[in-house]
Amino acid sequence: MSVIALSPVDLILAGVLVLLLSLLAFRLKLGMAGQILIAAARATVQLLLIGLVLKALFVHVALIWVILIALFMLLVAAREVLQRQQRPFTGWWGYGIGAGAMLAPSFALTALALTAMVGTQPWYEPQYAIPLLGMLLGNTMSGIAIGMDRFTQAIWQQRAIVESRLALGERWSEAVQSARRESARSGFIPIINAMSVAGLVVLPGMMTGQILAGSPPLEAVKYQLLIFFLIACSSGFGTIGAVWIASRRLFDERQRLRLDRLRAPRPNSH
Amino acid sequence: MSHFELRDFSYYTIAPFQLRLEAGETVSLSGPSGSGKTLLLRALCDLDPHRGEVLLEGVPCSETEPHLWRRRVGFLPAESSWWYDTVGEHFPLRNGLSLSELGFDAEVLSWDIHRLSAGEKQRLSLLRLLANRPRVLLLDEPTANLDAENRDRVEWLLTGWLKQQGCAVIWVTHDPAQRRRIAKRHYDIVAGRLQEVESL
Repeated sequence: MSVIALSPVDLILAGVLVLLLSLLAFRLKLGMAGQILIAAARATVQLLLIGLVLKALFVHVALIWVILIALFMLLVAAREVLQRQQRPFTGWWGYGIGAGAMLAPSFALTALALTAMVGTQPWYEPQYAIPLLGMLLGNTMSGIAIGMDRFTQAIWQQRAIVESRLALGERWSEAVQSARRESARSGFIPIINAMSVAGLVVLPGMMTGQILAGSPPLEAVKYQLLIFFLIACSSGFGTIGAVWIASRRLFDERQRLRLDRLRAPRPNSH
Repeated sequence: MSHFELRDFSYYTIAPFQLRLEAGETVSLSGPSGSGKTLLLRALCDLDPHRGEVLLEGVPCSETEPHLWRRRVGFLPAESSWWYDTVGEHFPLRNGLSLSELGFDAEVLSWDIHRLSAGEKQRLSLLRLLANRPRVLLLDEPTANLDAENRDRVEWLLTGWLKQQGCAVIWVTHDPAQRRRIAKRHYDIVAGRLQEVESL
């Protein structure tokens, strides 16, 4: 089977549908007409750019370019985590916790998958490395953003309880134990949901893409399973790491709750 | 060596002061709303930063593990907090404390937290704190939500406890009659300064 190439007209046709959706949102005063168009325009520009970058990268295979692109993706993902926090940490911590918690599991698992499972030659083959890392980073980012946001919000709202527990002689880790568990759990939910309904309700995006591109369905299934398992581990380790680091950061060396290390809520936060 | 001693102690905008409490001694503390009474108690149990030194039986706060310090220097906030569903889950230790002394029977341990009145919560939170067997008690208006009968019960329990345990107490209250009943030394926080009150 071969790929059926899409013409610009095909894309314009799909784009017109988005335009109609935006018009409907405008008529219904949903306040999202502009956002829909901006998001669609962003996706178009960003994907075209990455398409061009990948095209060049696939021709000139070099580790340094793969690393640079991977770091760029990490920095953008860390910024996105920061943007999704209603009460982000002050200073570099706001950026650093997300970046650090994403870096370790997603980069390590991508390297492991490339060397031990997929077995590409060279191991950093951009055609595999970049999409694989992108999927791990994107999903780990969501888990970390949800987990950290839930945790900082929970501690803010339960300040009196946390301080009462401290005043009764509990260690900081005991005082935030339940909030930490709940927050980490919430970060796991997207990937658990995705795996639970895979194949029954939806065909996962990567598998669909491979089938559309002409891969045999069972090969696509194998890749999808590999990706699911890697995403679950990356997202899970990343979320636990981020929530644990965030919880430590909320206490000083005398185990005092330091909510002054969080910024005031964003005016237009969700 | 004093039981509980503050040396050049200051916090937020309150000027440095010295204070010594002997074992079994209670001092009362008052002052206008927002003067910093609660903040003083929070700083003493090391929930908030402070300057100067606090010593318990000669050992500085800075040389004691924070969670151990807070078990020994127990703080009772004006509003109690509860995080489990039932009363009993909040009492991992009973340490021989008698629930009946504050008007409860053992059945209270199975009660749902939402069933408790403000006064019951206040009395139970005091028992929860005493279960740690603290060496110093920092009480922020512990009888504010109580009727006269229960206020007397709490005062009676604490008086007995202090004698038995040799515990020092800083008791925040606005009631002059209560101040006279519970303490011989009285302090007010006025205009950012802790001042001893000669007579009430």
